[in-house]
Amino acid sequence: MKAVVTVVGKDRVGIIANVCTALAGFEVNVLDINQTVMQGYFTMMMVVEVSMCNVPLAELVTKMDELGREMGLSIRVQREDIFEAMHRI
Amino acid sequence: MLNYNEILATQDMIEKRHLDIRTITMGISLLDCCDADLSVCCAKIYRKITSHAKDLVKVGEEIEKEFGIPIVNKRISVTPISLVAAACQTESYVEIARTLDAAAKTCGVNFIGGFSALVQKGCTDSDWKLIRSIPEAMKATERVCASVNVGSTKAGINMDAVAEMGRIVKKTAELTADNDGLGCAKLVVFANAVEDNPFMAGAFHGVGEPECVLNVGVSGPGVVYHALQGVKGQPFDVVAETIKKTAFQVTRMGQLVGREASKRLGVPFGIVDLSLAPTPAVGDSVARILEEMGLEVCGTHGTTAALAMLNDAVKKGGVMASNHVGGLSGAFIPVSEDEGMIAAAESGTLVLDKLEAMTCVCSVGLDMIAVPGDTSAATISAIIADEAAIGMVNSKTTAVRIIPAPGKVVGDRVEMGGLLGSAPVMPVHDKGSELFVARGGRIPAPLQSLKN
Repeated sequence: MKAVVTVVGKDRVGIIANVCTALAGFEVNVLDINQTVMQGYFTMMMVVEVSMCNVPLAELVTKMDELGREMGLSIRVQREDIFEAMHRI
Repeated sequence: MLNYNEILATQDMIEKRHLDIRTITMGISLLDCCDADLSVCCAKIYRKITSHAKDLVKVGEEIEKEFGIPIVNKRISVTPISLVAAACQTESYVEIARTLDAAAKTCGVNFIGGFSALVQKGCTDSDWKLIRSIPEAMKATERVCASVNVGSTKAGINMDAVAEMGRIVKKTAELTADNDGLGCAKLVVFANAVEDNPFMAGAFHGVGEPECVLNVGVSGPGVVYHALQGVKGQPFDVVAETIKKTAFQVTRMGQLVGREASKRLGVPFGIVDLSLAPTPAVGDSVARILEEMGLEVCGTHGTTAALAMLNDAVKKGGVMASNHVGGLSGAFIPVSEDEGMIAAAESGTLVLDKLEAMTCVCSVGLDMIAVPGDTSAATISAIIADEAAIGMVNSKTTAVRIIPAPGKVVGDRVEMGGLLGSAPVMPVHDKGSELFVARGGRIPAPLQSLKN
């Protein structure tokens, strides 16, 4: 199963490093990253593989949200199906 | 491969445009709970509901989290109680309403629907008992919703039941006067009621339905409103197309969530009800969509046409997005639950007569309307009869959910709280309908050909 991780917030050193380290800790594999900084705002979208994730997906959502709060960012994890369903026939 | 703009668009809809799954409603058949002994019947009902729906809220919350889309309500609908309780040797069904309330609390759902009777052609003894238990049941319970179907295209209108429902609505308001007649917000009088409606207060689990089923109601007036802001001044062809596309996307959410929930609960997936259900939140209003089409205030001339187009486009867009569409499907126009409708009613532009016209083309009917506390039972019955006639002749569902707020007069406001919102008290005609309502009997079913 794939999920989409969206990270938005004020840019600073180590965002990708911190997020990827956390994901690796949950056995979540990163498949694709798209990242940009616009007017000092960091926006990153990642497609990740969560089949091997060592916690239930709902818990991963909570944990990444907590990490986001600690870092002063918004980190969202959502199952990929929701985007597929909405934009593909 | 996912396009990143699409990801952002979806997140934008959820976070800024109030896109949500309005309800996942589990329908449970109680037909096997019949018993001559009332207390045995109640025990069976409680056991059945709490065992079937024990995981409903938990599963709903898990899905919410994983997909990142709010599921606002988790609810239960049951077989019309007038059928389930018919065998009981009792004169009142209030105890059964209490049982439903207790089961709803145990399961953690905020509403349970099905304290209902289907009397479009006539009332059984059990139907009368149920109808007469409604005021007390609405007072004694917090989460139970009642509905009575008084007419249909096939059967005509049961005017004896219509007359009684006027009195029942009044009595319900009086018994719940401490809360501005809140009991009436949980009581719907239908014509052509549907058996798979997931929305309250009119949900019940029809006899043509399976043992247990999961129905989903989607929402999204805010998303449609936002989409229309992008096509200002363009012809209606473009407007309709824009609404269709948006409705498609919204419905796909419902389909996805419904399928997932039904899989996890081990319950068959019934239907997606593709309705635009407003909330009192700013930016989540059906009235504002109509105004975005170019009306100065909702309720002015042109409103009916705008609503007809909206309602139709929502259905056309949604139908392809789901493998089974059902329920009420269309645009809801509950006054108290829609910030734009409240404003339009308060400005005096949106009046009861215009709302009645709008119900000819919207998905349901006169919904969440507060009228003065001294409105007579006969007037309420006459309003119900008008609405049932619209449903009967047009082969559509219509309903009346009206609150004759005790002690309130035109210009006052009735506070319902939460999703029920607040309703400005609207004027009714002061000329009586007593003799009309007192006739009773049945209005015959209408001709289905020679339509002009």
